[in-house]
Amino acid sequence: MLDGTSKPLLKVNNLKMHFPIYRGILKKQVGAVKAVDGISFDIMQGETLGLVGESGCGKSTAGRCVLRLYEVTDGNIELDGEDIADLTGPQLRAKRPEMQMIFQDPQASLNPRMTVGSIISEPLYEHRKMTKPERRARVDELMDAVGLARRFADRYPHEFSGGQRQRIGIARALALNPKFIVCDEPIAALDVSIQAQVVNLLEDLQEKLGLTYLFISHDLSMVRHLADRVAVMYLGKLVELGDSETLYTAPQHPYTQALLSAVPHPDPAKAGNIDRVILQGDVPSPANPPKGCNFCTRCPVATEICHKDEPEWRQIGEGHFAACHLIK
Amino acid sequence: MTDTAAQEQNVQSKNRSLWGDVWVQFRSHKGAMLGMVVFGIILFGVTAGPYLWTIDPQYLDIRDKNQGISWKHPLGTDQLGRDLLAQLIHGGRVSVAVGLAAMLLSLVLGTFIGVLAGYFKRIDGPLMRLTDLFLALPILPLLLVIIMLFRDTLRNAFGPETGIFLLIVFIIGMTSWMQTARIVRGDVLALKEREFILAANSIGTPARRVILRHILPNIMSPIMVSATLGVATAIITESALSFLGLGFPSDFPTWGRLLFDGTTFIQQSPSRVIWPGLAISLTVLSVNFIGDGLRDALDPRIRGR
Repeated sequence: MLDGTSKPLLKVNNLKMHFPIYRGILKKQVGAVKAVDGISFDIMQGETLGLVGESGCGKSTAGRCVLRLYEVTDGNIELDGEDIADLTGPQLRAKRPEMQMIFQDPQASLNPRMTVGSIISEPLYEHRKMTKPERRARVDELMDAVGLARRFADRYPHEFSGGQRQRIGIARALALNPKFIVCDEPIAALDVSIQAQVVNLLEDLQEKLGLTYLFISHDLSMVRHLADRVAVMYLGKLVELGDSETLYTAPQHPYTQALLSAVPHPDPAKAGNIDRVILQGDVPSPANPPKGCNFCTRCPVATEICHKDEPEWRQIGEGHFAACHLIK
Repeated sequence: MTDTAAQEQNVQSKNRSLWGDVWVQFRSHKGAMLGMVVFGIILFGVTAGPYLWTIDPQYLDIRDKNQGISWKHPLGTDQLGRDLLAQLIHGGRVSVAVGLAAMLLSLVLGTFIGVLAGYFKRIDGPLMRLTDLFLALPILPLLLVIIMLFRDTLRNAFGPETGIFLLIVFIIGMTSWMQTARIVRGDVLALKEREFILAANSIGTPARRVILRHILPNIMSPIMVSATLGVATAIITESALSFLGLGFPSDFPTWGRLLFDGTTFIQQSPSRVIWPGLAISLTVLSVNFIGDGLRDALDPRIRGR
């Protein structure tokens, strides 16, 4: 899948999303929450890029920015060669069918007052000129594709289990044959047995329909299983990006090392032997990030330069990028 | 899961329509059905009543004044010998019409302003300050001024009864939408942050359809509650206006008017207060129950339970 000739479907360059903070009677802007602060990555056609990091590091915001659910502060987002970062109104709407999203909480992402059939056909209603029977036929097709019985189309979301609801969300995302899907922690709200079902469904669909995923998750072992390449995020910035295998076997950035050492080991007898890197302290506020490297306040190996200069995002190996002063 | 799915597919799938489901659930709500029957009787009484009970409510029969219950006057007569049943029937026409029309106006206005303020952040401030402004207005002096200014113009344009009807509906509607607007705005603000609104945005649904498809159906409960309470308030406000001599002319019976006229004679013939009061209470109560049932029936999570 990852030959050198395949062309990137999505190119994100220096993406920034700053949410302004207003204070006082006159609503003066006193600062900004730098939720996403200059990240760059490419996603190849048909590839899955995993995006991992701890809570509040800006993973979801990054995913939503890529889909232009927010007005991005700065940067470029090229989807299929066209920059969508500054599109508005009808032009942006015309691009919507190519990119879709699967949400974290399947309960909250489905309108409780709509039947499953109308939820799945909403994108069709908005973007395709279809007659009612045509829409119905497409809904049936989609429900087959995600493994839901067709007769459920007249039911309401609350009548389904979590895994089934997530399938409804997936069917809605697939309705317009998108090229690119952002999966925003699609399995975080499901229990483990259902997680496997949903992940397998996502893999099958990718194979059948040639989809490209940006898979946002904090479940590191699931990302390892699913993703071709993995990007690690910390406090609004990417710290490391590389092949799934390379990154998991030989993590370079101290934060990635700490994150990976926290993955529980399946064999309890060996679990005690792992050298866990325990990070001290809390994540600094994204409204007031530390000077120098964002990670310097918690880094176990930080030196003087880390507190002074911001590390550069550079290539450290074949398709392997990181931002750290200490990596040679 | 696949097993159950296969089994389910064997079962003959029956086609469910939304309004069919709503009706089934509505019928299972006993209070709502009772309310509907009572409200139906009231509506039938005030529309068909004048053809069945043909006594003119304005006919004076001074020898029969202050009568109790009798075959000639089933609900008795007032101090001028006018038949109370006939007055109740004619007064009900106006009261029910004013109640429903004013409620509808205030509901539409309140929902419109509430949804706009909640959904569009830019106009939230101005619209809510407007709402505060209306809440702060002293209602009675305002009514006095409006009625003084417009009563004669409207009378000339639409005739005395329609003119004053329009004026009263307009006044009550304009001075009672604020509560609805505030409640609706609060609910829209909470709803706007839900993920399904985000999902609609990611599909590219334009704002007006997000509002119609996702927001309005989900704020049905508070709208229904304020609607049913609004009918009661409107009927009572109308009677207060009539009492102050600002509403309908004094020879034109409405329930509120009958009630206030009756208070003077409460010692002599308590039935003159009881009947109009009962009519108002029954209308308000039945509308409340209907609203309650409708709210339950429109919520798919409660439906079918």
